[in-house]
Amino acid sequence: MSEKVKFTIDGKEFEGTKGQFIVDAAAENGVYIPVLCHWKDVTPSGSCRICSVKVNGRFMTACTTPLEDGMEVESETEEIQDIRKAIVEMLFVEGNHFCPACEKSGDCDLQGLGYRYQMMVPRFPYAFERRELDAASPKIFLEKNRCIFCKRCIRMIKDEQGKSYFAFKYRGKDLEISMDKELAKNMSEELAQEAMDICPVGAILRKEVGFAKPIGTRKYDKMPIGSDVESSQK
Amino acid sequence: MSKPIIATASLAGCFGCHMSILDIDDRILKLIELVDFNKSPITDIKEFSQRCNIGIIEGGCCNTENVEVLKEFRDKCDILISLGECAIMGGLPALRNGIPVKECLDEAYCDGITVGENKEKIMPNDEELPIILDKVYPLHEIVKVDYYLPGCPPRADLIWEAVVALVTGDELKIPYELVKFD
Repeated sequence: MSEKVKFTIDGKEFEGTKGQFIVDAAAENGVYIPVLCHWKDVTPSGSCRICSVKVNGRFMTACTTPLEDGMEVESETEEIQDIRKAIVEMLFVEGNHFCPACEKSGDCDLQGLGYRYQMMVPRFPYAFERRELDAASPKIFLEKNRCIFCKRCIRMIKDEQGKSYFAFKYRGKDLEISMDKELAKNMSEELAQEAMDICPVGAILRKEVGFAKPIGTRKYDKMPIGSDVESSQK
Repeated sequence: MSKPIIATASLAGCFGCHMSILDIDDRILKLIELVDFNKSPITDIKEFSQRCNIGIIEGGCCNTENVEVLKEFRDKCDILISLGECAIMGGLPALRNGIPVKECLDEAYCDGITVGENKEKIMPNDEELPIILDKVYPLHEIVKVDYYLPGCPPRADLIWEAVVALVTGDELKIPYELVKFD
């Protein structure tokens, strides 16, 4: 049923399943391609562009491009690394990401990528937009200063009827993440935790818990983001 | 050959980065063998008495005095280093960025819940006082900065490694754990 195909990443040969997304096929082969918006088995959105690779010489997002036989993927080239670093920097200046005051610090994917690419300072000027914090839900804070518009929460955090707790409001530069106040009133602890866990930054935080993990024991304190994928390399 | 000379300053910072410099512990004895200090809160030398090789600055620019000090450092130091999150991105003081200054001052001196009686709505307005800027600026948005050491505070080991590499000319290899934004 699932047809096996051969492809290469940076010249190395791998095998994957035809039609699966490049990013997943790479991960199965122990090759880390960074993601911020992608979540395995959830409809991809391709919004953050951090997984940009070159496929047969053209730029594609690895989270939305289905694997084909004979694909030649470039991922760790100097050009692509710099583009990814630039995207991380852009996300840092676009929102208000003040790491020292963020509960997600140490477990944050965006920050983890900042560490992985050794971002010492963004090359772009800071926007310092004024954004609000929505504390209407009894279970979570929605910290709009930190949202990177990945749509993970919109796509994944839903009630039994499939209704999303989260949605985008406005368009363009006014775009913001918002939450359904009625639904959020009855959010369970489990769902609140899940929402916080899937958020790649500190935009969704549970109330009444915070800074639970000491510095040194957090996800990206000792090992760069992607180490788990890379350590599974065959 | 004479030793390289370092100057340091804290602008809109909390002195945590300077604490982190002191956190190199007994290596401070090696440091004074390697370098001399000029203007710095560590030596309590208030004014530059000579040109310096390295200027290390913590904190961003929140008022006109900060800008003045920063420009003087740029003039008098060959190499300028942004030390810590506030110098690099404004940090905690920059939480006011995006909020108009008038609103901030009203909150601090007139309408805030911790403000005592201030019926005449008096705000500090002496000509001796530096003027507060429209927002808190990272250093590199005002002058050219050569190197950046992130962290809140930057780890003592990072500061040590960076300064030693700069002074000795050795290649700087930074272990993963040393570059943190918190």
